[in-house]
Amino acid sequence: MAETALTHTNQTQARPAGLQGIAADWSSDQRAFKNVSWGKAMMWIFLLSDTFIFGCFLLSYMSARISTRVPWPNPSEVFALRIGGSDIPLILIAIMTFVLISSSGTMAMAVNFGYRRDRRKTAILMLLTAALGATFVGMQAFEWTKLITEAVRPWGNPWGAAQFGSTFFMITGFHGTHVTIGVIFLIIVARKVWRGDYDVGRPGFFTSRRGRYENVEIMGLYWHFVDLVWVFIFAFFYLW
Amino acid sequence: MAEATANGLGQPVLHAGHAHEGPTTGVAQAEVHQEHPIKLYMVVWAWLFILSTCSYMVDYLGIHGYLRWSLILIFMILKAGLIVAVFMHMAWERLALTYAIILPPVLILVFVAMMLFESDYTLLTRISFFGAGP
Repeated sequence: MAETALTHTNQTQARPAGLQGIAADWSSDQRAFKNVSWGKAMMWIFLLSDTFIFGCFLLSYMSARISTRVPWPNPSEVFALRIGGSDIPLILIAIMTFVLISSSGTMAMAVNFGYRRDRRKTAILMLLTAALGATFVGMQAFEWTKLITEAVRPWGNPWGAAQFGSTFFMITGFHGTHVTIGVIFLIIVARKVWRGDYDVGRPGFFTSRRGRYENVEIMGLYWHFVDLVWVFIFAFFYLW
Repeated sequence: MAEATANGLGQPVLHAGHAHEGPTTGVAQAEVHQEHPIKLYMVVWAWLFILSTCSYMVDYLGIHGYLRWSLILIFMILKAGLIVAVFMHMAWERLALTYAIILPPVLILVFVAMMLFESDYTLLTRISFFGAGP
């Protein structure tokens, strides 16, 4: 980045790899992440902090589920849908998982086409990602509606431990919020790509810094993270 | 820095940042783009679908007990690993960044261990005060 102050490192020398590389990169009052821009590094650090948030949510869910005397509702039955006269367990959640994974795939391709400076394909793939994300949120809204009409509340539910509702609404609600924010930002970045902002380095509306196609990759990091969190929620909350 | 970002998974195209060449892009020269063949993403995408189907089948087939839990965890870790390594390009970053990001979440496992003991104790006290579940 043009704005980053360079504490001088000898760029001509090859840097050591492996464990020695870690020590060499972190020491001597220099920039730690050698070939990563500040924007990407900051996104990673933000994602790290978000990991702790979701980690704590899943942790509190684990504690609540272990420590209750009342049996935990069976998610396989709670999230079953009646399709064609028979109950199919977890089917909506499975579809949601596939939708989110697909959106991750299209996002990865968008990053790729961004670096190839294919504005059209990048923008279309990002909008497709946003559409899949919106579909996911829509299905989550459907799921919430279904559970609320079945009298699931944060303080109780008809099938067992009261903590089921509170952890469910807390964890999926927070994740859904992340997806929603991601969709909004995807649309903003896709518009910038479409307009060619990153070709001419037009200053952004928020930071007034010049945008680059790397912004698409940073956006992608956030989006993949949302998918990553869902992998854990799917495993621990729905399947366990 | 090319040696740190190349690996056997694909042929990453590495070149310095070129969004806006100017007199002040001194640092950008050292930054690399993460550009890999589309095919690699397609393969990973397919694997994520397969692994998701597998973890869904665990529930659909009604597998229970330790087999269920270990299968869920295995599929979860494989999926998470693929997403972080390939989609988020962690496999091609320098170890300094990888360790800075990957190691701290692993420490959550210590917290998990503490809370396992704590919630077992809570359950024990609840049972001894209120009796076994209703």
